[in-house]
Order: sequence, then C-alpha cells, then structure tokens
Amino acid sequence: MWRDAWLVAGKDLRIELRSRVLLHQVLPFAALVLFLFAFALGPDHRVLSGAAPGLFWVAVLFLTVLAVQRSAAIEAGPGARDTLRLSGLEPPGVFLGKTLAVVVELAVVEVLLGVGVDLLYGAGIREPGLLVGASLAGTVGLAAAGTLYGSLTQSVRGRETLLPFLLLPVAVPVLLAGSHLWQAALRGRDVSSALSGAPVVGNGPWLALLTAFSLAYLALGVVVFGPIQEAP
Amino acid sequence: MPPALCLRGAVALAGRFPALAGVDLVAEPGEVVVLAGANGAGKTSVLRVLAGLLPLSGGEGQVLGVDLRSDRRQVRHLVGMVGHAAALYDELTVEENVRFALRAARGDLGRVGLALEVVGLGGRLRRTPAGRLSAGQRRRVDLAVLVARRPALWLLDEPHASLDQAGRALVDRVIKDAAAGGATVVVASHELSTVVPMADQVVTLGGGRVLEVWRPEGWAEGGAGATSQGQDEAPVVVAGGPGGRDVA
Repeated sequence: MWRDAWLVAGKDLRIELRSRVLLHQVLPFAALVLFLFAFALGPDHRVLSGAAPGLFWVAVLFLTVLAVQRSAAIEAGPGARDTLRLSGLEPPGVFLGKTLAVVVELAVVEVLLGVGVDLLYGAGIREPGLLVGASLAGTVGLAAAGTLYGSLTQSVRGRETLLPFLLLPVAVPVLLAGSHLWQAALRGRDVSSALSGAPVVGNGPWLALLTAFSLAYLALGVVVFGPIQEAP
Repeated sequence: MPPALCLRGAVALAGRFPALAGVDLVAEPGEVVVLAGANGAGKTSVLRVLAGLLPLSGGEGQVLGVDLRSDRRQVRHLVGMVGHAAALYDELTVEENVRFALRAARGDLGRVGLALEVVGLGGRLRRTPAGRLSAGQRRRVDLAVLVARRPALWLLDEPHASLDQAGRALVDRVIKDAAAGGATVVVASHELSTVVPMADQVVTLGGGRVLEVWRPEGWAEGGAGATSQGQDEAPVVVAGGPGGRDVA
C-alpha cells in the first residue's frame, strides 16, 4: 500500500510540476484572495491581523477545492478509471498517494499564504511550532476529505459545483480548530484568552480535533476508496 | 492443464441492461480468440468481464484459474488490456507512462526500452509528452505496456483502430509473438480479414449471446476446412466460404 502511495504521489506531483497549474493558477488565486480580503476589511491593521487566521483558513479551503479538482481530473480521461483499476495499484495506496500529493501542493501554497498574511495583515508569529503543527494537521484532513469527495464526484455530471457543496460543510471543524490554533500561534494565546487577556490555555483540544478529523478521513478513505472505484 | 479462460452461461449487466445474456467461451493457453459481431453485440463486455472490470451477474467464469465471481481483483493482476481509448497521462513522457504502468504492475523495468523499440517508439519519441502523440502513437504506448508486462492474458479491443499500415502490421506481429510465447490473446474486432488469419477460434456475438464459434483453419485460402459450432451444438463443417462473415 505505501509503495503504491509513493508511486501515485510522485506521478501526481510530476504532472503538477509539468502542467504548472499550481504556479499559473493556484498561487495567483491565493494572492488574489488575500488582496480581496484586505480590500473588504479596510486598512485597519488591528482588524486585519485579528481576522488573519480565519482568512487564512478560508483561503486554504478554496485552494483545497481547486487542488482536489485538479487531482481528480488527472484520472478522469476516457478509459482512465478502467486503466487505474487494471493497473495493479491497491486502492488504499492510490487514495493515500493522491492525498499526499494534494498535501504537498497545499503546503507550498500555505507557506506563501502565511508569508502574505504576515506581510499584508501584519500578523506576527509567536509560536511557529504550533502554527506548523496546526497547519499540517488541518491540511492532511482537508486533503484526505477532498480526495475522498473528489473521487465520489468524479463520474458525476456537474462535479465542479458538487465538490464544494460536499467538501466545504464537512471542513467546518478544520476551519474552527485551525483558526483558533492560528490565533493562538500568532498572539501566543488561544482565542478566548486573547479576548480576555488571560494566559495561554486550551490549545490541546483544538489540536486533538484537527488530528482526529485528519485520522478519521484518512481511515475512511483507505476503507471506501476501493468500493467507490468499483461503483458502476 | 486448465483452460486459460472459461465462461459458462456468463451474464453481465451494464446498468440494468443485460450486456451479456449467457455467453460460453473457452480458450487454451497460447490461443488467439477473435470476438466478432456488430456494434453492441457484447464484444467489449466479454473483454471487460474477462478483465474483472464487469462483474458476472450469472453463470460462471474463470481466468487463469482465478474465479471471476469471487476474486475479480486478483484477475486484474494477470491480464493486460488495450481499450478503445489509450488512457495516458498527457504531461508524462512516453517512457514515463510505460514505466509508471510497469511499476504499478510490479513488472520488470528492464524491459521498458525493448518494449518501446518493438512498438516503434524508441529514440526521441520516448521522451515526448504523451499529450503530443497522435491517436495511433498513443495506442502504440498502450501496446508497449503489454509488451513490457507480458501478461498471461491479452485483451485487445479494436487494436487496429487509428493505426496506419505499419501500425496494423505491428499489432499483428505483437499478437502472434504473444501467442507464440504462451499467452492467450482475445481480440474484439470488426476487421476480420486482418485478424481471422491469426485466430485459433472466432466467436461471433449478437445480442449478448454467442451466435457461432468456428475454427478458421484454411480460412485464408478460402475457408475450406473451417469448422463451426453454434451454441449447444456439435461442431459442423461450415458450408461455403467465410466471405459473408466480415461485419466491418
């Protein structure tokens, strides 16, 4: 399974590098989202830095939809599904490989988004470890859920609009936990304590929620990706 | 030795539509079986059942000793299929596509170069992105995967489509070599004048059923000696030539 996952991830990443969709479409879209939010919220740096964690994760959610649609499109050509089923690759390995490729793509975008948030919104990073941990856990969860729903909608008419309808509502836990943890990482305290001025407490449950979300969707994808591929 | 493939009363559904309505088919290792019949006769469905892609709803089936009803996924490791459309990754080169397919199938990567030479995709073409290939060249890439993998059962759906004269000759040579090497080859084709001379048996399908099975010894010389077997009938000598059989 892991061998197949590496093989599929390597293939997907190579295709993305060659197609330059990440460079020419996803990154400009991320920059556009940052600027639009900044315009919408006005020039007040306090408002912008306060909203930065939520804006970051909303932007990541939109970018996840793009990345997952692109990932699903790689296997969507005529006869591609049959070829994949006949390839000898284990379905759990295919799922994990495609998820891993989306994680890597999102991680690249998130680094640039994070830099943009810091520069544009003036959000200083106090706890980089927490920031990286929260981002990684949330990204894995989003990529796993996205890959799963992307495969579900692959053969459905109107899949481009159906995928966001399926993915965005279930991503609410990531949005909540990710925003809280980013808020804490940027200000050195969790949201409630940031508002009340109390010391840093209570990041553990949010991190646990992100981790549980990621593990749940990874496990679900490993189990059901095969049956989804076999569905008529 | 058990047959390479065996279908008994095979029934398969495409949605709610019965794609196969009780097909019997037996082939030995090293045989070339040609599936003939009009569009919608069930040729592709037979190939998909044999590949483990389409489940059996009724009847029995075995491929290389593996039960099609209980272990379809295992069958897929043993067969190689060239379908209507060559499903390649356009951004990857010809060689990268073949290498990926071979890695996925746990094949011998050392055969990639040879396979590409065999199908005429050596030299600069091997480094060409698949998206820039013609339909015929894409089909050759699909064939290269099979040549490199050497599966025990080859399933070819209209393999001559999109190919020029040299490409068609290449397909014929590859089929003959595969059969000579002990593989069983099942070819669905409308171009009987091309494939029947290579065939050990020709199975004519219609409406998801086998209409006729015949062994084309001497077919190329005018059909003398060709034998025919209808469903549930003893073999009989076919009267007349095979001229009317080509459904292309």
